[in-house]
Amino acid sequence: MEKLVPYLSYPFVQYALVVGVLIALCSALLGVTLVLRRMSFLGDGLSHAAFGAMSLAAVLNLTDDMLLVLPLTVLCAIVLLCGGEKWNLQGDAAIAMVSVSSLAIGYLLMNLFSSSVNLSGDVCTTLFGSTSILTLRTSEVWLCVGLSAAVVALFVLCYHKIFAVTFDETFAQATGMKVKVYRMVLAVVIGVVIVLAMNLVGSLLISALIVFPALSAMRVMRSFRGVVIGAAVLSVVCALAGILISVVVGTPVGSTVVVANLAVFALMSVVGGVKG
Amino acid sequence: MALLQCENVALGYQKTVLVEGLNLEVHRGDYLCVIGDNGVGKSTFVRTLLGLQPALAGRITLGEGLRPQDLGYLPQQTVVQRDFPATVEEIVRSGCVSRMGWRPTLSKAERARVGENLERMGVAHLSKRSYRTLSGGQQQRVRLARALCAADTLLLLDEPVAGLDPEGTAEMYQIIDRLNHEDGMTILMVSHDLEGVRAYATHILRMGREPRFYAVEPRKEGDV
Repeated sequence: MEKLVPYLSYPFVQYALVVGVLIALCSALLGVTLVLRRMSFLGDGLSHAAFGAMSLAAVLNLTDDMLLVLPLTVLCAIVLLCGGEKWNLQGDAAIAMVSVSSLAIGYLLMNLFSSSVNLSGDVCTTLFGSTSILTLRTSEVWLCVGLSAAVVALFVLCYHKIFAVTFDETFAQATGMKVKVYRMVLAVVIGVVIVLAMNLVGSLLISALIVFPALSAMRVMRSFRGVVIGAAVLSVVCALAGILISVVVGTPVGSTVVVANLAVFALMSVVGGVKG
Repeated sequence: MALLQCENVALGYQKTVLVEGLNLEVHRGDYLCVIGDNGVGKSTFVRTLLGLQPALAGRITLGEGLRPQDLGYLPQQTVVQRDFPATVEEIVRSGCVSRMGWRPTLSKAERARVGENLERMGVAHLSKRSYRTLSGGQQQRVRLARALCAADTLLLLDEPVAGLDPEGTAEMYQIIDRLNHEDGMTILMVSHDLEGVRAYATHILRMGREPRFYAVEPRKEGDV
């Protein structure tokens, strides 16, 4: 604890905590509906798409790579979520396809065109997000705050609709809900959250942020509201713990956060088992 | 005027025509059962009535100012739902989403409606229980209560007794019969259970390439 206090006065640690908590909150909210709709791997596929986009941005020497990465990832999300029927692609196969091709293209681009001396270091940073959360600029923090506020507001305002569509899309559509619009909105939000989350844990580990909080909460909660709130709380706690531990002990942020999530999942499984 | 009228309707998907020349009239208080083998277009018929997919030809008219979204719908249970973490009350509430429009919370009237339908289906005492811990029959009643939150006039039931044990089946039929007789709701039910069809239907639609629609002779006293 004594070791921790001086760290908290550094702005870069404060930024990391703020951004980490917000990302954890958003990804947990999204995770609940994705996990329950059996689309857990969408996050994984999209994060690889974002990796491809990032490599492209690096090769093109863009000063602000968000301008390219964000739209490309959102586009992939829309294709994966809304295009299934149109192009006759099965969900999981389409995700696998997008995921591996963007990884391959991304690495290929970096290899062919990168001017960096430490190529494997760059790739490793993007995949595991080793330091980017600790080197945030103020503008990135504000972007993250704004987008997270939008995601949370959307969830609060459309809570009942999100529940209806998650539980039974056909019924929701039959009662006159515009399910396609909802899917489009969901796709955009997922794309945005994935890109934000790459800062925290890097692209290989994003799925953990999406899947673990929802699964942990589902072990102990019996209502949808309980699962949503539980997932949000657990996710925030894990992100805080993970970042603080990694700052003090010097472990990589992303993997520490994910291991914290795993530990909480194990704990909740035990609690759920005892509760019956 | 009929509540639902189909004139020369053809059903199917873009390239496959499943059903042609479908003509029928459903009036208030009717109990129509749709029977036929798997894959002949029974569920397609229901989906078309709900406006989830277009009819390939012909005309479907709803009477009494009904819109497709005013029809109550009990779809078949999906894999996702069987172990879904939600309370009974949350699920029944989701029947109100279309009434809510852009409002983020339920109005007082909608809450009352939810309570009423929980009572009506005999699941009010389960309202805080988790859906995944209920029996098949109870789950079906919960989903029916949700459909009733969305509709007052016409119910479309897609194989409501599939997968239920004999007790649950009998109970489900009683509930539907009560909705039909006491509450005056019109029932349109897809079913494989011919015994139930024989016992309750006033009209039968035998679905196939060339569908047949006919009224059932009223049962005489003493008939089983």
